[in-house]
Order: sequence, then C-alpha cells, then structure tokens
Amino acid sequence: MLLAVLSGFLLAMAVPALHRITGKYIGWALAFLPASLTVYFASLIPAVQANGSLLIEYAWLPGLDITLNFLVDGLSLVFALLISGIGTFILIYSGSYLAGHKYLARFFVLMLSFMASMFGLVLSDNLVTLFVFWELTSITSYLLIGFNHEDMEARKSALQGLFVTVAGGLALMAGLILLAIMSGSYSLSEILSSDMALHEHAFYTAAVICILAGTFTKSAQVPFHFWLPNAMAAPTPVSAFLHSATMVKAGIYLMARLNPSLGQGELWSQALMLFGAATMLTGAYLAFSSTGIKKVLAYSTIMALGTLTMLLGVGTELALTAFVCFLVAHSLYKGALFMIAGALDHETGTKDITVMGGLRKAMPVTAVIACLAALSLAGLPPLFGFIAKELLFESLLESPIWSASLTITMVLAAMLLVGVAGLVAIKPFFGQSGNTPKKPHEAPFGMLIGPAVLSVTALVFGLVPFLPEAALLQTAIGSVNGAAVETKLALWHGVNKPLMLSVISLLLGSGLLASWNRLRSPLAAINASAARFGPEAGYFKFMDGITIIAAWQTRILQNGVLGLYLLILVAVTFGLTGYTLLTQHGINLTLDLADSHFYEWGIALLLVAAATFSSTTHSRLGSVASMGVLGFGVALTFILFSAPDLGITQLLVETLTVILLVLVLFKLPEFGNLSSPFERYRDLAVAIFAGIVMTLVILAALDVQYFESISSYYIENSATLAYGRNIVNVILVDFRALDTLGEIFVLSLAALGVLSMIKLKAEDQHKP
Amino acid sequence: MKTNTLILHTAALFIMPLQLMFSLFLLLRGHDEPGGGFIGGLVAASAFVLYAFAFGATATRHILRVDPRDLLSAGLLFALASTIPAFLAGQPMLTAHWWELPLPGDTYLKLSTVLIFDIGVYAAVLGTIMTFVINLMESEE
Repeated sequence: MLLAVLSGFLLAMAVPALHRITGKYIGWALAFLPASLTVYFASLIPAVQANGSLLIEYAWLPGLDITLNFLVDGLSLVFALLISGIGTFILIYSGSYLAGHKYLARFFVLMLSFMASMFGLVLSDNLVTLFVFWELTSITSYLLIGFNHEDMEARKSALQGLFVTVAGGLALMAGLILLAIMSGSYSLSEILSSDMALHEHAFYTAAVICILAGTFTKSAQVPFHFWLPNAMAAPTPVSAFLHSATMVKAGIYLMARLNPSLGQGELWSQALMLFGAATMLTGAYLAFSSTGIKKVLAYSTIMALGTLTMLLGVGTELALTAFVCFLVAHSLYKGALFMIAGALDHETGTKDITVMGGLRKAMPVTAVIACLAALSLAGLPPLFGFIAKELLFESLLESPIWSASLTITMVLAAMLLVGVAGLVAIKPFFGQSGNTPKKPHEAPFGMLIGPAVLSVTALVFGLVPFLPEAALLQTAIGSVNGAAVETKLALWHGVNKPLMLSVISLLLGSGLLASWNRLRSPLAAINASAARFGPEAGYFKFMDGITIIAAWQTRILQNGVLGLYLLILVAVTFGLTGYTLLTQHGINLTLDLADSHFYEWGIALLLVAAATFSSTTHSRLGSVASMGVLGFGVALTFILFSAPDLGITQLLVETLTVILLVLVLFKLPEFGNLSSPFERYRDLAVAIFAGIVMTLVILAALDVQYFESISSYYIENSATLAYGRNIVNVILVDFRALDTLGEIFVLSLAALGVLSMIKLKAEDQHKP
Repeated sequence: MKTNTLILHTAALFIMPLQLMFSLFLLLRGHDEPGGGFIGGLVAASAFVLYAFAFGATATRHILRVDPRDLLSAGLLFALASTIPAFLAGQPMLTAHWWELPLPGDTYLKLSTVLIFDIGVYAAVLGTIMTFVINLMESEE
C-alpha cells in the first residue's frame, strides 16, 4: 500500500529518463502505473466488503504520534479508483494533447506527483499525513495551473488558486488539530469508531468552522469559487483531472470522511446545506452565462461541488446515497467533457462556443461521445447521471429541514444544467457550421479513448446500476453514513415526483437553451456589473491590502538600519527575559568566590578586555580580531571545565568566523562615525542591560532545576544503547539525530541564502 | 585575493594534507573520543580555507573537484540515506543500525547508520563554509 501511494513520486523521478526512451509514446507508457493501480485497488474491494475497512500501518514518526497509516474503506476506495481510473486516461490523453511540447517531461513529473499526493490524501489515516498530502495537492496544482509560465494570466491564476487553497489549508490545519484534541486521537479510524458526542464539545464550533474553511476553499464553494474558473488557464488535461474529477473533490472527500463524526451538529448540516445550495445555484447560473467552453464546464463543476456539499448537509441515508452516486456520475461525465473540450480546442483552435457549430461532420466520433457525456450531465436516461439526479430530487423532497426551498433551488439548477449540457454538446456539433480559426478534423485516437471509455462507463452504470452498487457504492455509502445502508439503485422508478421534477427542469432548460443567443448579452452585462462587488473583487482588494500593510510595516520595522534591528531584537528579548526572571524567580545573589583560581580570573579579565576593546576601537580589523580573542577565551573556559568537544568546536568556529568576517570586511566602505553621542549611549545602556540580564539568568539557571537533569540518562545509556563513549557525539548523531538533521538542513538553507545574496550583488555590479 | 608569500604557500601545501587527514580522523573516532562530523567538517573547512588564502578561489575550486553546493546536497543526502535501514525495518525514523565486520587480528570494524549520518554532517558543514568562502572570495576578484 505504501508503494501504491508513493509509486507516483518514484515514477515522477524517472520521467525525464523515460521520456528520452519512449519519446512520443510517453503518455501510454506512464499510463501503465495508474492502470495497474486501478487493478490493485479493485483487488482490495472484496476485503473491504468483508471487513468494512482495512487499516494498513507504517510507523513514521511515532514519537510525534505521526504515522503513515492507510485507511481503506468504501469511501477512500471510490476516490482511489476514480483517481487511478481517470488518471490512466488523462495520462494517455496528455501525451497526445501536449505532443511535442518542450516541457512535456516536466508536465508528467507534476501530474504523477499530483496523483501520488491525491492517493495519499484519500488513503491517509493520520490527520497530519492527510494534511501534508492535502498541501502537496495544492502545490502541484499551483505548478500545473502555472504550467504555461510565460503567460502572465496563467501565473496570476496559479497564484490565486494557491493563495485561496493554502489560506484555507491553514485554517484546516487548525481545525484538524482541534478535532484531534476533541477526540483525543490523530487517527481517523479511531475518531470515526469512537462514539463520543463531538458536537457537544466546547471546541465543536471552532473546529467545524476551521475545517469547513479548508474544505470550502479547496472545493470552490461560494464565496471562494472564483479561483476555479481562473484555474482553467492550465492545460486541458489538468483541468479535466485536477479541477473537475479529483483535487477539487478533496474538500468533498474530507467532509464526507468526517461526516459520521461531525455530522450530528446542527452547525455542520446547516452550513453545508446553505453554502452548498448557494454554490450550486451560482455555479449553474454562471455556467449558463459563459461562452468559453472550459469556463462553462468549470462553473458547472462548481455547481456539482455545491450539490455534493448540500447533500452531505442533508445527511439522510437517501441523501448520502445520492451523494455517492452523483460523485461518481459527475467524475465520469465531467472528466469526459473536459477532454472533449480539450479536443475541440486542439482541433479548432478556439475555446469560444459562439464560433463553433456543425462540427459533427468533421468530428463525428467526438460528437457522439460528447452527446453521451452531456446526456449524463443533463441527467437524462439511460445514463448514470439520471439515476443520480432522481436520487437527488428524492432526497431533497424528503429532507428533514428546508425541503421546499432546497428542492426549488435544485430544480432551477437542474434546469440551467440542461441548458449547459446543450451548450457543450449541441451548440458546437450541430446547426450551421461555425467559423473556427483552424480547419477542424477528427481528434487523434489518444485523445478520444479517455472520454469514450468514461462515457461508456457512465452508460453501463446507468443500464445496470446494481453492478457498481453491489461492488462498491453500497460500502462507500456506508462509510459516509457511519453505518451500513440498504440501497436499491434502479433506472426506472415509475412515474413519481422526482421524475416530474426532472421533466419540468428538462422542458424549462430546453427553453433556456433555445433562447441562449438572445439571453447572452443581457446576462453578460449583469455579470460584469455584479463582478465589481463579487468575491473575486474582494480577493483583489484583500491582496492589495496585504501589500499596503506589508510596505507600511517594512518602512517602520525594517528601515535598513541594521543597528536598529539589533537594538530592537536585543531590547525586546532581554526586556521580556528580565521581566520573567524578576516575577518568576526574583534575584538572590550569593557569590562565593572562595574556590576560584587565579587563572580563572585571568581568563575573565581577558574576556572583559577583549569585549571592551572590540566595542571601542576605530579599526574594523582590530574589532574582528578582538572578537576572535573573546571567542578563544570562551573556548579556553570550556577546556578548563573539561568539555573538550565544545572547546574544539568553539575554537574552529571562532577561527572560521574571523576569516569570514575579514572576507566581508573588504566589501565595506571606510569606517565612519555616523551615530550621534546619544545613540551610542543608548546602545551602550541596552548592551549593558542585556549583559546583566544574561548573567542573572545563567546564575538563576544554576539555582533552579525545574526538571530532573537528563544528562545522567545519557551518561548511563550512551555506551549501552548507542555504542559510543563520546556522549556529545552520541547525542548529536543518535539520541537527538532528528534535531541534527533539521540543523544541517537549516545550515544548507543559510548557505544557499548567503550564496544568492552574494551572487545577486555580483550581477548588479556587472550591470553598468 | 591571492597572496604571493612563499611561507604561506609552502606552509599551506604541507599543512593542508595533515589537516584533512586529521579531520577524517576526528570524523571516524568521533563516536568514542572527542570529535565527530561537525568538528571534522570544521577542520576540513579550515584546511581548504588555508589553501584558498594561499592560492586563490579558482585553485581551491579545482582541488575540491566538486562544487561546494554539491557537497552540501551530498551531505543532506547522506544524512537522509542513514534513515533508510530503520525505515525498511519498520522502526522509528533514525533508529541506529550497527554492523560489525570482523577483521584479521581480533579487531572489529564497526559500521553504522550513525557513521553515515555523521559523514553527512561532515559534508554539509564543509559544503556550507566553502560555499561562503569561495563565493565571497570570487566576488572580490
């Protein structure tokens, strides 16, 4: 399982080499991985059905309660299968879509990394690992949206997507930590199986708000929906994979995952219903009023995400059944439609629906597939989308609260969606032939197989719904619900209320479609004026605000006078330390100088003399050299008190510091006396103050021992546990090796930072 | 910044190999006696800094053979590689593994992930300081 999750990362590393070998067939070659993963995940189905869920454990950082445990149940398997199944065809598709692109290898590296992160996200059992994978999907998504990095618009959209999702991610982290505090565990399986009433806990409201902030931004709920249409700047395979079928559903996944634990609270269900319904209607309306085929699809994705959220909010067994069915149906048809949109763009040279028309003669296969997928989108029989929509209506009609208003909203959205389906399937392929920039011809096989398989799957699922139901959907519904659910999916339910509603929305939707050309310009005008007050305008205002505040506080705090930085740092640090010392400990000095030796006095005097000289001298070199003397004096002290390792280190570090300082000194201008006497006395006062506080703290530290000293443990166990007699080294490389690892990473980053400063400076000088 | 004093040149040529050997000695014995990767790395760095003062940045780059930045990343890779055995054994990260190889004469060669980790620290420290020094000197020239 670990290998299954991480294989994407591993393969990503090998992509550049593979690209050289396989050339233009790289898409096909890479597709083997998700294809075999699909088989692997499918092979887990029987075990999951038998046991309800599987927990596969790998310890990672057990000391921090962080594990790489994987939780496999119906819900995570549905997601994993969607990711691997759709991923297979997306990779094949990308190979054709981006054939000959100079950054093709880079594209696949990112796609595979994304896929692996997504697997990790939906399979993680530990909240911390889940969050790490969550952020990884945000980052890979950022890189993929900005894939055409020379395009200003793409960069801007990429940043916007990143800011919105990562800001939400931050809230999510807080929410997950609160959740762990509430339930006492970081393990999802433990949280889900505990029967604690989380909604009565004091942190419940805060946790729900934080978690929803994360999932709503990720899954593009109103008012954070604006980043998703902009993300369409990404190449189409990315939109098809990340921004319709997988990444944007991560938020939905997490909500579904936590639904059994958090779903009892009213806040949870009402927030989900409210925001979900608002998102659904907004998305459907904006989809209908757009003209770019990718924007249309993006907005209809927002509509679908809203619907899913709303269904989770309704939370009845029927609603959760509808949730899982709609999730699968949507992934199938939206993935297919996006790939069709890419094919249209690729073959006609435009994304604008208004100039497309009559393409069925030039692209007959594409036209058939598009119609099939669009039928599922519109929710017409005999496709799986129809079953999902019938369930949707039925569950809303039986919703415990707000049934009427939700149903009306849903009918409006469904009506708009019928129009949208017409826009993507009828408008481009039928009617008068349009005037496209490129002469259209049929898309290559690699670009058709994906949408074809997905649409046919939707058709098969529609005709024989009991097959996927028995295989997986029922288990998945059970894991969203927290308890097993009896379902009975069927294409035909007889003439009932849901069917009537479907017919009504279909009729109204066809009417809308017929008048789309007339409605378009007034709708565009309304949208333009609404956009000025929309959330996206708010986003830009907010970003501008951040820049202004950043500039303001930089002017105040970081005005470029290094001395001032030091002064503030030292004064604040020692002011606070001194205050704590006074209030917590008080000052009681008992100095006993009886057993001090004369050479200790000698070293102390040397230190004082060196410090005084280095701060009063007018020669830089002299100052640096006397700092070195100071350091050597400290080293001498270490050696006197038998700490040879520290002594050696101190000596070496001092030597190298002096050398580095001398190297830097050459770059500085002549010594000048720029500060006024007042400033110098102020600095002196702060320096003396800091020195006194530090001395008092050290003296106090000798007095007080809050905890039992750990050094005896090290002394006893260093040789037996770590096979080393040098305790300092054993601590560094064995007992506290993780700290050391962190330190050498910090060291390296510091080196790279200094390097870039030196290099940048050098480049500036080379310019005239 | 290249000096032309004969004494420094000659001294550097003699002292540098000694310093380097001493640094390896410190690195290898570090687990039992004073020393270790950090100190060893510092000694090695001072050897190369001495050489750089005598013969200049370009010559130092030449005898280092690798870019100091690569040394830095090699160090990090070594340190990370030392976590792999524990990972494969399913133990907590950075659990030490020891292998004792018998040598002729009733002695044992103690190899361990700890040593690999220490070599990583050594390389990272050396790489960091040489990155500073060489680039500072080059920006001088």
